[in-house]
Amino acid sequence: MTDTTGKTEAMTPLWEVFIRPRNGLHHRHVGSLHAADSDMALQAARDVYTRRGEGNSIWVVRSSEIAASDPSFAEPMFEPADDKIYRHPTFYDIPDEVGHM
Amino acid sequence: MYSQGLIGADSSTTESEEFLAAFQSRIDREEKIEPNDPMPEGYRRTLVRQIGQHAHSEIVGMLPEGNWIARAPTLRRKMALLAKVQDEGGHGLYLYSAAETLGVSREQMTEELLAGKAKYSSIFNYPTLTWADIGAIGWLVDGAAIMNQIPLCRCSFGPYARAMIRVCKEESFHQRQGYEIMMELAKGSEEQKEMAQDALNRWWWPSLMMFGPHDSDSQHGDQSMAWKIKRFSNDQLREKFINATVPQAKFIGLSVPDPDLQWNAEKQGYDHGEIDWSEFKAVVSGEGQMNRDRIRDRNKAHDDGAWVREAALAHAQKRANKQHIPQEAAE
Repeated sequence: MTDTTGKTEAMTPLWEVFIRPRNGLHHRHVGSLHAADSDMALQAARDVYTRRGEGNSIWVVRSSEIAASDPSFAEPMFEPADDKIYRHPTFYDIPDEVGHM
Repeated sequence: MYSQGLIGADSSTTESEEFLAAFQSRIDREEKIEPNDPMPEGYRRTLVRQIGQHAHSEIVGMLPEGNWIARAPTLRRKMALLAKVQDEGGHGLYLYSAAETLGVSREQMTEELLAGKAKYSSIFNYPTLTWADIGAIGWLVDGAAIMNQIPLCRCSFGPYARAMIRVCKEESFHQRQGYEIMMELAKGSEEQKEMAQDALNRWWWPSLMMFGPHDSDSQHGDQSMAWKIKRFSNDQLREKFINATVPQAKFIGLSVPDPDLQWNAEKQGYDHGEIDWSEFKAVVSGEGQMNRDRIRDRNKAHDDGAWVREAALAHAQKRANKQHIPQEAAE
């Protein structure tokens, strides 16, 4: 709504933008922008993030809808992966004679 | 387009020495710092200020060039200039977004700019008097900005570095289109050549000032270097710019307006005359020719656009009330 100085009081929501460079690849996060709704966010994403043939598909997601892991717990979160070497093929000894497996 | 040595940041910080040492060792290992990572308050504040000033410069930087869009001499020039100015708007957005990851809102930054409280590059407070100025801006101002921005692609703060990579990729056409304008004018009629020389005369010194104060007068350079926000000092970047640009001027038969400029074989670079720092200080503190016009024009654009933002939000609200189901993303 407007006060007498013409300033918009409401904040325009923030969106995260994901672009797929071409078919066969994942959509990838490229940045963010402000827009009132998803249609305008898509339009703005096209204007700002695909001016030089960067992609053929765009996703926009309200930034407030993204849940993120806490970087201060990164160690307990991801460390368990490091000590499970039996999840990797090189953990298993197979004689060379068997050939490629 | 731009970035200037940081103007007046306060990098002081109050964390424990242990915390600061742990942070510094991450920086020294060339680890990128991401938005939610623990960081010293001084690091955060320095970045908010620097990225904000950088973003404002992109936005204000559209004004001097916008002045010539409708008067570009040919359709080709007009399309190129329009595309360049559109890029600058995009660069402003990338930078505002990077700053927002540090917890400052877009609205807050915009308000500071409009209220005249935020700084932006001093270069945009000079007027664009002739078409040759558009050439000089692309060649010199974007050239200086690129010099500054390339090392920022390796800045320790991830979102800033990523924004800079995009900006640098898009920016190289800007400098080339500017130099091409100057080249054409320099080989044109006597009047055209004079116009090009006059633009170089007026833009040369302000372009050198874009790199910020001398290292000896730059208050916050050391901390920014230690945190790897900056990779080169103001003077180092300025010298690189001079060494790259002087031969380009010679190539098109224009002369750099510095009687003391001469090649120094020992350092394999140019020695240059003294920069008028009193002019720089005056422009930064609001006394430039165009400071008031720039802020007035930004305010007008913002106020004139208010109804569009309000209508868009009202429409979004109406749609949300209708339980509109957006098209789902499908893998």
